[in-house]
Amino acid sequence: MSDAIISFQGVSKHFGSVKAVENASFDIQRGEFFSLLGPSGCGKTTLLRMVAGFEIPSAGEIMIDGQPMSATPPNHRPVNMVFQNYAIFPHLDVRNNIAFGMRKAGLTRTELDKRIDEALELIKLPGYGKRGADELSGGQRQRVALARALIKQPKVLLLDEPLGALDKKLREQMQIELRQLQQQIGITFLFVTHDQEEALTLSDQIAVMSEGEVMEIASPGQLYESPGSRFVADFIGSMNFFEGEISASTDSAVTVQTPVLGEVKVTGSDAGVSTGQQVWVAIRPEKMQPVFSDPGESVNTAGGTMGVSAYLGDRSHFYVHLPQREDPVLVALQNLERSMTHLHKPSQPVWLQWASDAVVVLPRD
Amino acid sequence: MPGEASSPGIMLLAYHLPNRLLGLSKQNLSLMSRTAMSLQSFGSTIRRRFLESEALRGFGLLSPTLLAMVFGLAMPLLILFTLSFWLQDYVDFIKTFSWKNYSDFFAKPIYGMILIKSIKISGVVTLATVLLAYPMAYFIAFRVQKNKLVWLILITVPFWTSYLLRVFAWKVMLGYNGVVNSGLKSIGLISEPLEFLLYNPFAVTITLAHAWAAFAILPIYVSLEKIDRSLLEAARDLGENAFMSFVRVTLPLSMPGVIAASLLVFIPTVGDYVTPSLVGGPSGIMIGNIIQSMFGKAFNWPLGAAISVMSMLTVTAMICLFLWGTHRFRRKIA
Repeated sequence: MSDAIISFQGVSKHFGSVKAVENASFDIQRGEFFSLLGPSGCGKTTLLRMVAGFEIPSAGEIMIDGQPMSATPPNHRPVNMVFQNYAIFPHLDVRNNIAFGMRKAGLTRTELDKRIDEALELIKLPGYGKRGADELSGGQRQRVALARALIKQPKVLLLDEPLGALDKKLREQMQIELRQLQQQIGITFLFVTHDQEEALTLSDQIAVMSEGEVMEIASPGQLYESPGSRFVADFIGSMNFFEGEISASTDSAVTVQTPVLGEVKVTGSDAGVSTGQQVWVAIRPEKMQPVFSDPGESVNTAGGTMGVSAYLGDRSHFYVHLPQREDPVLVALQNLERSMTHLHKPSQPVWLQWASDAVVVLPRD
Repeated sequence: MPGEASSPGIMLLAYHLPNRLLGLSKQNLSLMSRTAMSLQSFGSTIRRRFLESEALRGFGLLSPTLLAMVFGLAMPLLILFTLSFWLQDYVDFIKTFSWKNYSDFFAKPIYGMILIKSIKISGVVTLATVLLAYPMAYFIAFRVQKNKLVWLILITVPFWTSYLLRVFAWKVMLGYNGVVNSGLKSIGLISEPLEFLLYNPFAVTITLAHAWAAFAILPIYVSLEKIDRSLLEAARDLGENAFMSFVRVTLPLSMPGVIAASLLVFIPTVGDYVTPSLVGGPSGIMIGNIIQSMFGKAFNWPLGAAISVMSMLTVTAMICLFLWGTHRFRRKIA
């Protein structure tokens, strides 16, 4: 059932001694919204530019729709790009920007005008055709860049951090529009971002990259709920890590002995660990429940004292100090009621509890 | 913006109010101190007006140049213009209004012919200079990665010597027994020296094109340097090859530099008289030589002034035509 539109086959890119991308091998399925996510300098943009044809791989091959691309210049590749700064031609108005790539399409003037009108309709800017590039806001420029690429009907649309320059509200609105647009037209999107929230919101699949290497490829839910490595667990969202050792393991559950949390029971974790192995116990801040009286249990419970707290509107963050641990543990709590003052007391004794299937066990070297 | 418009008013009010209150509460102030105070407040009002007004400050910054322009350019031009309607009577001017100089200009075809020839030579010089300068500017802007400044300084190296020396250098190059002729002779390509190299419009064109190269390279370089590189990638991405990307993106975006370069070369070379008098020979004579002789040997200043005015008007007309043409060209290739 593999229907790969892009296939990276051992792709590497070296700039002198700098290894920008190292041996990337993975497929992007047709019609997917695929994100390359990673901190700046991780090689995600280089990978994208290799698909576009602006960089040639030092090793390996990129296949687009089954065709090897190494010898194909950018102008002959069936992909189009939305640039980070949008690259709207300043000497052309909106119509001519959108029509730029259609010179060789063999359309008559009326056909082309119709297509441009459709494109303007698609990006919700009808009547903006005669505007100059300098008369557009950031969000409008982004839409024009989208229309200019989409009118070419590419097999894959490449997007290089297209939302980075927009303010938060507009960015969230554009995220939804982008997702709707992708589902509406069904073109494969290859999206580069350093914003993990954005990647989670938009993507079908996410490739997490670090220092030129692809760390993990999974759906947003998988990446967040059962990350495969400490790096990914740490990079996506917030995570509390605790050192531990497997004391017992069955098919359905494992027991971890940790110096800080005591005995931790874990179910539904498919880390494939064996007894005696050194592991990380990882728990998301929102999956820990604070209790203010001793629950009288020892498993999946840890007692400590309340540290500083931060109010974030929809939720609050608390830092809880546990004995035998230097860094406080981050706990996030939904602000379900308007008055949460009873939680904001430093030095108050507090017990943290969590469900056994809320815990992720990761191998530790 | 109402907030912006009203704030200076409020500031002025806030400034004057304490003064008024002060004046009311201390009515026994002596006349002198009150005058001194109002003088002081007058001074600060002026200062405030000055700081508030963009236009005033702009004029303040402009004034040295403006003065130089008025006394060094506008006044002499006015004198020249007036002079062109007078007549020469041996060493005196007949200071009554007359069209005679202009009717002379049109009556004798030699002036018009030489003016047209000057414009032709300058046009070819401009074309050659811009065509040669563009690749150079392109190379520095797009291909030189580091030490661009060194390249730019190297371009100005010819200017470290006098202009006359550079013209004489071309005489040495193109002369009967010059570098080109002796070189060609020594490798046996020619047996007799070529005579068409020097003392003709060709020599004037080569010399001027070389002399004004830097004035064309620098503005074109600046306009190319400003082009966002992602625009060129976008053009490639949208299906154009390297050449068409250049034609559809780089060229139109560098047109301001090309226009500036063309004007910077064309305008001064039309009126040049040093180069044609040194390497032009009888056939390479230009309008500048005529004007110079009118103010010199021929001793007919009013006619010289009239020819100057005609030359200026023609150049202005040519520039308008050129700007109109490039504007249309930009719209067409876009």
